[in-house]
Amino acid sequence: MSASTDGNLGPSHKLVEAGVALLIGAAGVVVIVGSIRAGIGWGAEGPRAGFFPFYIGLFIVLASVINLISALRARHHHLFAEWSQLGHVMSVLIPSALFVGAMPFIGLYVSSALFIGWFMRRLGKYRWLTVFAVAIGAPVVTYLVFERWFLVPLPKGPLEDLLGL
Amino acid sequence: MEELTNLFHGFAVALMPFNILVMVIGIVLGVIIGVLPGLGGANGVAILLPLTFSMPPTSAIIMLSCIYWGALFGGAITSILFNIPGEPWSVATTFDGYPMAQQGKAGEALTAAFTSSFVGALFAIIMITLVAPLVARFALEFGPPEKFAVYFLAFCSFIGLSKEPAFKTVAAMMLGFALAAVGLDSMTGQLRLTFGFTEMLNGFDFLIAVIGLFGIGEILLTMEDGLSFRGSKAKINLRVVLQTWKELPRYWMTSLRSSVIGCWMGITPAGATPASFMSYGIAKRVSKNGKNFGNGEIEGVIAPETAAHAAGTAALLPMLSLGVPGSPTAAVLLGGLLIWGLQPGPMLFVEQKEFVWGLIASMYLGNVVGLLIVLTCVPFFAAILRIPFSIVAPLILVLCAIGAYSVHNSTFDVMLMLVFGVIGYLLKKCNYPLAPLVLAIVLGDKAEEAFRQSLLASQGALGVFFSNGLVGTIMALGLIALFWSPINAGYARLRSAATGRPRPAGPDYE
Repeated sequence: MSASTDGNLGPSHKLVEAGVALLIGAAGVVVIVGSIRAGIGWGAEGPRAGFFPFYIGLFIVLASVINLISALRARHHHLFAEWSQLGHVMSVLIPSALFVGAMPFIGLYVSSALFIGWFMRRLGKYRWLTVFAVAIGAPVVTYLVFERWFLVPLPKGPLEDLLGL
Repeated sequence: MEELTNLFHGFAVALMPFNILVMVIGIVLGVIIGVLPGLGGANGVAILLPLTFSMPPTSAIIMLSCIYWGALFGGAITSILFNIPGEPWSVATTFDGYPMAQQGKAGEALTAAFTSSFVGALFAIIMITLVAPLVARFALEFGPPEKFAVYFLAFCSFIGLSKEPAFKTVAAMMLGFALAAVGLDSMTGQLRLTFGFTEMLNGFDFLIAVIGLFGIGEILLTMEDGLSFRGSKAKINLRVVLQTWKELPRYWMTSLRSSVIGCWMGITPAGATPASFMSYGIAKRVSKNGKNFGNGEIEGVIAPETAAHAAGTAALLPMLSLGVPGSPTAAVLLGGLLIWGLQPGPMLFVEQKEFVWGLIASMYLGNVVGLLIVLTCVPFFAAILRIPFSIVAPLILVLCAIGAYSVHNSTFDVMLMLVFGVIGYLLKKCNYPLAPLVLAIVLGDKAEEAFRQSLLASQGALGVFFSNGLVGTIMALGLIALFWSPINAGYARLRSAATGRPRPAGPDYE
């Protein structure tokens, strides 16, 4: 779904806003269903577990319907974002998702070194020396601060096992 | 008079060279903890508790309380510089602090935040010194209906005073309540809204939501315009600090009001987070520059920071005088006291005078030392803004991931953080306010518990929320805040009809 203003293309704000209202409304329906399963009546212990969230779900659906109507009735036709802008967003979001997805397998230190290195080299166009310095330095500092100083264990992978960390 | 003598004796204890050294170390550690998302004051104090085992009890508690002050100061730094609240009570500081940093006023924002923190804490310490037993006795009268009424007032203030469309605020807030309800029901022990997913048994932690919504969401928004970082023009030096100090006395009323709100919320004990939100909301409504709140208004930094510190400090009052901690960090401090064989409560003031007054005196000194340390470091903190975004962005993302992971040591939480990041990006672009969502996640459990306990006591009759003067007044204030816009518009219409002059256009007419 595209819209055009000043020759630029991208999804229209109106449609994305309607979509977001629908998604929130759907979340409200899920909350209502879950609450009914947990019980929305009055038990021996007073209001049952689903009592409070049930009404919250109703409020979510009601507010979303109003937000959906007002989004569809809006007269403006501006863009949510240009495709090029969304491309920039995806250039961070996709590697971030890969970084997070890799974490349980190769650990936080290696995945963050790869992520920082990729980001700096590909998007920042830095020299390899600077890239290596930051990409390796940051996980080392992280290790010292969190694991050694504050005794907060972070996810590790095969490399840390090899190094005996 | 006896209290004053005891306090002077306390100063003599706190001013011992070893205790001063312990104060400085505590503040520095606390600032670091406050800056790192996911650690937090309570965790920081708990983690560093073993460091103090070899110290005398007074020095130990001075160090732990100074870590607490440091964490309170540190929370503002990442909020202002990167829009990532290091602590939940720093969320409201991001609303105006971050826009100020983007406009090149990071130094002003940080100076205002630190100074306001100091003022709020000082107010609360003076209050603790003077009225400790009296106020704590009053707080004991707070039952579930009164507690719910306070939460109700905070939530209604957000809906009624929000600059975003009311139903978007309602949708965002209710979404927060729903997220807070996921997991184990604290009253019945029953599982709800988990739909069979074991990862959801613990529910959604507000810190993961906050890190995603604010930290990741902001990076995604910033990336729309490529790698140009908007805060890079910040100029920081001593002149900026002094200029900001010259400007701050103009907002004395905001500081005073926020200090009172903070003390009240700290003792009751609603805590520093609702105190900061409520203080921000009221300042926005009362201020002449209210319309500019959210766009980089210095008053929008002063109000939440003053209230958060006043509340954080005031939370120690019931801990010391009654043995009832007013905040999670106060609870950890209480644990520390018990380790040294000190039983907090009224008898502590009688049996351990030196300890109690040494601690109170160290609160005064610790905050002065804290202010000096953080202000001296302002140029260092603000220099971070000059680092290119293509280096800062991945580092922030990694720090966010660490913060999210360290909450429950779960990689699922890191994935959840990323999902919240995308939600934050979409909601922000679609003009949904994020603050009510976070507030509801933070307070949803407590508000629901107070609500259900009240209904249980009244056998389902809603009249319990108007059953006495105190609860009725707070609820009525909440309803006024909720319907503030129509009340205001109706009043304006009546006034224009009475004077015969046409009413100025616009919803914000006052």
